[in-house]
Amino acid sequence: MLQTISQQQRLKKHVCIMVMVAMAMFGFGFALIPLYNAFCKVTGLNGKTENEIAMPVTHIDTSRFLNLELLASINENIQFEFYAQKEKFMAHPGEYIDTAFWVRNLTDKPVVIQAIPSVAPGLAAKHVKKVVCFCFQRQDLGPNQVMKMPLRFTVASELPKKYNTVTLSYTLFDVTHT
Amino acid sequence: MDTPHHIQGSVSDDHAHGPASGFQRWLLTTNHKDIGSMYLWFSFTMFLVGGMMAMLIRAELFQPGQQLVHPELFNQMTTMHGLIMVFGAVMPAFVGLANWMIPLMVGAPDMALPRMNNWSFWLLPVAFFILISTLFMEGSAPNFGWTFYAPLSTSYGPPSTDFFILAVHIMGISSIMGAINVIATILNMRAPGMTLMKMPIFCWTWLITAFLLIAVMPVLAGAVTMVLADRHLGTSFFNAAGGGDPVLFQHVFWFFGHPEVYIMILPSFGIVSQILPTFTRKPLFGYASMVYATSSIALLSFIVWAHHMFTTGMPLEAELFFMYATMLIAVPTGVKVFNWTATMFKGSLSFETPMLFTLAFIFLFTLGGFSGLMLAITPADFQYHDTYFVVAHFHYVLVPGAVFSVLAAAYYWLPKWTGHMYSETLGKLHFWLSVIAVNVTFFPMHFLGLAGMPRRIPDYALQFADFNQIATVGAFFFGSAQLIFLYNVIRTVKGGQPASAKVWENPEGLEWTVPSPAPYHTHTTPPRID
Repeated sequence: MLQTISQQQRLKKHVCIMVMVAMAMFGFGFALIPLYNAFCKVTGLNGKTENEIAMPVTHIDTSRFLNLELLASINENIQFEFYAQKEKFMAHPGEYIDTAFWVRNLTDKPVVIQAIPSVAPGLAAKHVKKVVCFCFQRQDLGPNQVMKMPLRFTVASELPKKYNTVTLSYTLFDVTHT
Repeated sequence: MDTPHHIQGSVSDDHAHGPASGFQRWLLTTNHKDIGSMYLWFSFTMFLVGGMMAMLIRAELFQPGQQLVHPELFNQMTTMHGLIMVFGAVMPAFVGLANWMIPLMVGAPDMALPRMNNWSFWLLPVAFFILISTLFMEGSAPNFGWTFYAPLSTSYGPPSTDFFILAVHIMGISSIMGAINVIATILNMRAPGMTLMKMPIFCWTWLITAFLLIAVMPVLAGAVTMVLADRHLGTSFFNAAGGGDPVLFQHVFWFFGHPEVYIMILPSFGIVSQILPTFTRKPLFGYASMVYATSSIALLSFIVWAHHMFTTGMPLEAELFFMYATMLIAVPTGVKVFNWTATMFKGSLSFETPMLFTLAFIFLFTLGGFSGLMLAITPADFQYHDTYFVVAHFHYVLVPGAVFSVLAAAYYWLPKWTGHMYSETLGKLHFWLSVIAVNVTFFPMHFLGLAGMPRRIPDYALQFADFNQIATVGAFFFGSAQLIFLYNVIRTVKGGQPASAKVWENPEGLEWTVPSPAPYHTHTTPPRID
């Protein structure tokens, strides 16, 4: 088709570049995962909280109250009861709150569960400081066992004034087989 | 030696060979015209298959309540209809047109990589055989919508999802090879003197489309690979329990998905810009601005993906960014629409079938663009999201948009391909039935969406019944009208009034310098462009 050797070399070069771009974009698809995660961590966009014990907060902002909401939800069709001890209350930013979630295994089998936290509004998540959380690790539940799962946290007083309500949501997953 | 073949300088000489005989001609061919024809026939077949699924969907929706199909089958139909129309009908139609027309338009004897061309076509029937076979498997065919959101396709995906993933991989490879071939042809095979800015606009829009394909089809391949890994390898890319994030799937998918919607419309812009000058008897207004507008649309398509996900709970700043970036696309698109209007202004218009489809494209695609602008407004999108308004929007840009442009292209170049004129009467009948039926089908969906009817449901509240019945009637008319097209094409292939080399009154471009039908080998000696 192409008459001269230099034309053929040019074609070969073009094809090589395009194949490499296609392969690079395949890799980029996977790279999107850590990129998004890093981006969300830096900007605090997606309402994820730190999965470890936070440094203690000392300053309490007594000038305002926050509405705090605790949500418990169950993923998929797993046989659990799961609810927050207190669902709605008010507190000052910086004030530590001791509360708990209750879970009951409705089956005759031992299960391993994992709670995944999420905070709304997303940008408030980085101000939620947890000291104790059942979501930090997996929990073992015996057959028909009832368990109280403690949560101790505060919302730091650096929380922008525009947020009046902060919702902490926990979704329960059955991770026995993973 | 005074045969017409020797008068035409660009036509092959004595030692050129014709096509092989029998089915091996089609199986082994490396000829761009054969491959182009196969792509177009394949695409039309898939258009009918996907269309029959649409008929089933519309029949079910004729009345509220369960009529014909179970909700499970309904979900499989919406999923397969979307996949088949996007990857089986629209995209292969454009690749077929590229195969036929780009070598003819740039003065090349064939595509740059003819053997790969054969391979990229023959992968498609394999991919769609696998995809459609899922309908006959035990359990459900893919039922999660063409967007295969996690966890619908991961935790809840039926076993046939793995076949779907394999099919997407194969059609992705086919598309990437097709795109590489187009770029290689355009960059290396242009006739001497044809600079990039002298190239027909269809080649330009395809060149840009091909870059988009190479950039995003591998991302789709990555997305399905991650779904496969989540299903079988114990990874948690999109599984919250394992530390992943289902919303992440939507980000990865729409990073592919938004450029994909431009992949399905940019070649249409090229076709329309190619046809309009012929029937207005004026050169295209603003050629250079068309090239820049197309490039801008392509670049912008990479930074607007999250407008498909406004309701996932993004921060205000992100919503504003994606809203304004999306609205920005209206600027280059507006440039194109105004250029087409300016091309028609004071032109000497005639209304042959390709021109009719082109005019309908300009008007109705713009209408679909406007509903797109409405959807881009974040607060409004909260209301419209996942309603029939979205269905109306994307069908307006894809059916009287992409599909009409392909039909216009088929009528415009059919005499060049077959050597015969198509029946203008049947063409006009096809056009008027299509253009009326398409509006009867899709326009009421705007109202349904605004009134709150959700998409992807087999049953609906009583108050939506009237508009749904109108839409169903329109859909059956539209579907039937396409059979007129099929008949007209077969008739034209078999015979008819011979077409001249130029076919139309004074068309622009190298494809009109070769005889009709275009000989098996063309431009074996490159034409000179000054």
